[in-house]
Amino acid sequence: MTLTEKLWQMSWSLVFWLCAIATIGFFMLYSAANASLDPWTTRQAMRFGLGLVLLLTIAMIDIRLMMRYAYPLYAVVLVLLVFVEARGVVGGGAQRWIDLGAINLQPSELMKVALVLALARYFHSLSLEDTGRPTFLIVPLLMVFVPVVLILRQPDLGTALMVVMGAGVLFFMAGVRLWKFITLIVATLAAIPITWPMLAGYQQNRILTFINPERDPLGAGYHILQSKIALGSGGLFGKGFLQGTQSHLNFLPEQQTDFIFTMLAEEMGLVGGVTLIGLYVIVLIYGFAIALRCRHQFGRLVAIGVTTTFFLYVFINVAMVMGLIPVVGVPLPLISYGGTALLTIMLCMGLLMSVYVHRDVQIGVRGGYDDG
Amino acid sequence: MIINRDNDRIRLFNRRAVVLGGGQSLLVSALVGRMYYLQVIEADRYRMLAEENRINLRLLPPPRGRVLDRFGEPLAVNRQNFRVLIVSEQTRDLAATLDALADVIDLSEYDRDRVQKEVRRRRSFVPITVRENLDWEEMARIQVNAPDLPGVIVDEGLTRHYPQTQTAAHVLGYVSSVDEDDLTGDPLLQLPGFRIGKAGMEQKFDLALRGAGGTSQVEVNAVGRVIRELERKEGEAGTDLMLTLDERLQRYTSERLGAESAASVVMDIHTGEVLVMASTPSYDPNAFNRGLTQREWNALSGDPRAPMTNKAISGQYSPGSTFKMIVALAALEQGAITPEQTVSCKGYTDLGNRRVHCWEKRGHGAMDMVQAIAQSCDVYFYEVAGRVGVDRIAEMANRLGLGSSTGVGLAGERAGLIPTEAWKRATLGETWQKGDTFNVGIGQGHVLTTPLQLAVMTARLSTGLAVEPVLTRQVMIEETVVQRPPQAFAALNLDPAHIAVARQGMFEVLNGPRGTARASKLKLKDVQMSGKTGTTQVKRITMAEREAGLPDSDDVPWNERTHALFVAYAPEDNPRYALSVIIEHGGGGASVAAPIARDIMTEVLKLDPSRKPRVNDDQVAGTQPGAPA
Repeated sequence: MTLTEKLWQMSWSLVFWLCAIATIGFFMLYSAANASLDPWTTRQAMRFGLGLVLLLTIAMIDIRLMMRYAYPLYAVVLVLLVFVEARGVVGGGAQRWIDLGAINLQPSELMKVALVLALARYFHSLSLEDTGRPTFLIVPLLMVFVPVVLILRQPDLGTALMVVMGAGVLFFMAGVRLWKFITLIVATLAAIPITWPMLAGYQQNRILTFINPERDPLGAGYHILQSKIALGSGGLFGKGFLQGTQSHLNFLPEQQTDFIFTMLAEEMGLVGGVTLIGLYVIVLIYGFAIALRCRHQFGRLVAIGVTTTFFLYVFINVAMVMGLIPVVGVPLPLISYGGTALLTIMLCMGLLMSVYVHRDVQIGVRGGYDDG
Repeated sequence: MIINRDNDRIRLFNRRAVVLGGGQSLLVSALVGRMYYLQVIEADRYRMLAEENRINLRLLPPPRGRVLDRFGEPLAVNRQNFRVLIVSEQTRDLAATLDALADVIDLSEYDRDRVQKEVRRRRSFVPITVRENLDWEEMARIQVNAPDLPGVIVDEGLTRHYPQTQTAAHVLGYVSSVDEDDLTGDPLLQLPGFRIGKAGMEQKFDLALRGAGGTSQVEVNAVGRVIRELERKEGEAGTDLMLTLDERLQRYTSERLGAESAASVVMDIHTGEVLVMASTPSYDPNAFNRGLTQREWNALSGDPRAPMTNKAISGQYSPGSTFKMIVALAALEQGAITPEQTVSCKGYTDLGNRRVHCWEKRGHGAMDMVQAIAQSCDVYFYEVAGRVGVDRIAEMANRLGLGSSTGVGLAGERAGLIPTEAWKRATLGETWQKGDTFNVGIGQGHVLTTPLQLAVMTARLSTGLAVEPVLTRQVMIEETVVQRPPQAFAALNLDPAHIAVARQGMFEVLNGPRGTARASKLKLKDVQMSGKTGTTQVKRITMAEREAGLPDSDDVPWNERTHALFVAYAPEDNPRYALSVIIEHGGGGASVAAPIARDIMTEVLKLDPSRKPRVNDDQVAGTQPGAPA
């Protein structure tokens, strides 16, 4: 395929829906800054523009090339993670990024994408029979386990959980038997009494406060409580654009990043919130459709993997601000202000688009250009 | 083969994609369901909580009523108080900001430490008071340097100020911060920095002076910063209180008493209004408003001259010879002696095998009643008191206002003590002795009076009317303040002829050739003062000391010296002003108290405060002193 053909092959309607969601985000950032384009909207729009270019670029990269470099890419990101971990030990406290000058690179975010690619490649090469054999699961489990331990040590509970869940979905879609999942889940639950003392104090607090937010109404529970008040007081149709009292009087924490959905629901009400969720569902449907239409296992797994990552972002963020799960600090895709998360989302969407563009190519077991 | 295997994978993938999609749909439905629950079912509750968050009801403290003297001269006012506060989250570097602030205004190490400590304790957006009572210039310097002082706020409010500082402190009392025990449910009391009256008139009229608080509904943000005011209800300023004191006379008297531990009361005999109530040493009520340090408090409460005590009402002293008019009146009323009958004074008289002395060791010779008062002959009054008996004397003393509280309305007033035979039996379990009567005859022994009682006594015996002292031109009826109605005093049923004898004696004290205080007669034209000296022992004089000759008072330790007293009224022919003076451990009544009394009375007659107030009440109730523009 030529590049022009590839451009024609793109799902421009998906791009449209992504732009629609991002536009809602710009309005929300404008409101969060008290009716000002500064400091967030302008910069976020520019980033989104760059992100779109990135998306389209990745979409045109041959999927087989990506499969070939899936392991090296994974290895590079793993090294970055180790690097961050090493510097974190020196610096003390949470150390999640590498300062590249222009942007802060967060290797744990990149790992979400790299792991999807690596696992997809691994399972692509594995026959269904082999997938059923436990010995063949040791390598992919290690591929998940090593980065998760590194991310947990940063410590970043939210990202670690997202990586685990995203990987779990890939294992599931690759055909790993259900009883193995059940065994693993039971084993994890059994391990809680052992791991609980190993969690950092703030992580224990978050979980305890989640169980009972009134435990500490001025401390950790304050954010959840204020977020619920903001959401609830929005009602069916909301208080109106720029009229959210909770967000504009600073009762909401970080209304431009993690709690931006709360602000939207306060100002636009249930109608606005459900509309946004609807747009996300449209993107998810695209993801599933692309996965199902793809003719190779690698593409299917990549598509379902990035779609699941996207879903996890949306679900964890919205569930968090509504007090359904603990506050774990996961941004809302395409809406929350912030470069790294946007980069990850655009990478994911680029990969999804690439799968769509290259849905009909033939890929051999080893990832060669197998035209036969 | 490869195709087949892939077909199995595809089928499995598709099946599981449905399961995954179904799972995700369920989770998304859960989100929508949760949203519906929060935004529709629970919406009202959260809407209310959001309003509670947003709207803050603030109490507006009312300006406290002023306290004025009888002419409208301010004794207690409200002054603009500038406070400098610091919000630590707005400072880039707290220590640096405090350094910069210290360059602009005086800032003690103590204040700096306190701020640093409080910053650590409080949340970072809470403003912390750095210093209060900034003056206008300091305030201006902070404003000019504001760009270099991030997080520094200047706040203004009203604070109590006593412009006369010490002068009338005991009558005014003071305001101070609210204690746990003071809480009555009035929300004003909960305001940080609110002050209530803790002593004197500030305490007695606290409710009227306090006024009623207003409210302001403001929209605040999460850190409590006010965004805008939604609704405002003004409070009611406290009522101004007018005292009967004359500030100029009060000040003169305090200064005249000087460093002595002393008290003086001046009354208007016609109205009972107390024009002067001075007690020295005094204290600065402003210090209590500001808050005393432990050291200042220790210095005040440990001072042997008791600056915190209002000696005019709480100090109880033997009246000494100032009591002799009462003995005389009781004797005349009973017919125990006539004014003309004389008693011979040899300088002592024998009581069984004891010898009791007159202050004049050489003896006064033959004394009639007028001369006995004028020369304060002790022997005469031993004899007369013996004839009358203590219960008759006590009855007369009670009639003239001694032995019970005057009801002037200040907390801490003492009743004094007028002993009777029954009293001694009941409290000491002893029989009344003739020696006790002799002691009462010269106002010593168990007799105790306050300076205010002595002024009232003088007012009563000069007029024969039951004069009652008052300190305010208004009275509280329940919780409102109304003008005091003019009062007419009841007659004491004293024979005018008897009063004339007592007054003649008091006239001669100052104006007679042999009067004890003839050196202190008034130096005014056409006006004479009458009075009576008193010198009371605070320590029993032993026989040995008497024989060795009484020591010069300068050689005696201060707290063993005699109290010096003087009571007086003027003008002699038409009594208008009554006065009492007591100098604790001052020495002799004639040598120490009488000259002070003369000077005070001279000033009283010059200023003549009984005339109509210079300012009428409308002007008095006018606006408070304005803020500096």
